[in-house]
Amino acid sequence: MSTLEILFYALSAFAIVSAIMVLVSKNPIHSVLWLILVFFAISGHYILLNAQFLAIVNIIVYAGAIMVLFLFVIMLMNVKKDSEPQKQLLVKFTGVIAGGSFLTLLIALVKQTSQLQGKQVLLKEGTIGLIHPLGKALFSDYVLPFEISSVLFLSAMVGAVIIGKK
Amino acid sequence: MPILYYIYLCLTLFSIGVVGVLTRRNAIIVFMCIELMLNAVNLLLVAFSKMYHGAAYLNSPTTTVGIDAQIFVFFIMVVAAAEVSVGLAIIVMMYRNTHSVDINFLNRLKN
Repeated sequence: MSTLEILFYALSAFAIVSAIMVLVSKNPIHSVLWLILVFFAISGHYILLNAQFLAIVNIIVYAGAIMVLFLFVIMLMNVKKDSEPQKQLLVKFTGVIAGGSFLTLLIALVKQTSQLQGKQVLLKEGTIGLIHPLGKALFSDYVLPFEISSVLFLSAMVGAVIIGKK
Repeated sequence: MPILYYIYLCLTLFSIGVVGVLTRRNAIIVFMCIELMLNAVNLLLVAFSKMYHGAAYLNSPTTTVGIDAQIFVFFIMVVAAAEVSVGLAIIVMMYRNTHSVDINFLNRLKN
C-alpha cells in the first residue's frame, strides 16, 4: 500500500469519525470543535488532490471564520447543553434508519454505473489547483460571477444587520 | 485512487449530515450539519475535477481541463459564507423571541 493510499484512508476515517462525533456530542461547543476537525480532514484531502488554493481557503473561511461565528453565537446564547427530552429515541431511530437507507440506495446506484468504473483520480500531480491557473480563470472567464458575489456579500451583510437589529 | 472511493466517502459524509438534520433539535447543530453536507459536495466536485484533469493530463501536461469545478467550489464557499451570516442572524433573532433554539418551537406557521 503506497503512502498516498494510507493518507487517503487515514484522512477519510478521521473525517467520518469526527462527523459522527458532531452528531453524538451533547454539548454544542464540542460539536463545533469536532466540525472544525472535519474541515481540517477535508483540507487534507484537498492537499492530497493538489488543490492547494481550495485547501487554504477551506481552512481560512470555514475553520477560521464560519466556525468562529458559530462559537460566538453559541457563547452569546449561553446554551450549555441542549436539554432534549427523553422522548427523542423514536425520532433518533427513525432518522438513522432514513439516513442509512439513503446511503445504501445511493451507494447501490453508484456501484452499477458503468461510466465510473475504473476511472482514476489524479493525486498529487496536476496544476489546476494552484493559484496561478485559478486566478487566471477567475479573472477572465468568471469575472462577472466574481463581481456579482461581492454584491451578494453586501446584501448578506445588510440583511444580517437588519435582522439582528430589531 | 479510484473515483468510487471518493464517491463513497462523500456519500457517507453527506448521509451523516442528513441524519443530523433529521434527528437533532438544536437549530445551531442542524445548521452545522448543513455545512457538513456542503463540504461533502465540495470534496466530490474537486475529486471529479481531478478525474477529468487526470485523463487530459496524460496527453498534454499544461491543460486546464477541470478547472471549472474548482471555481464552482470557490463560489459555493462564497455563498456558504453569506448564508451562514444571515442564518445565524435569524437564529439569534429566534433565540431572542422564544429564549430557546429548539426547532420544535418554530411551528407558528402551521396553524
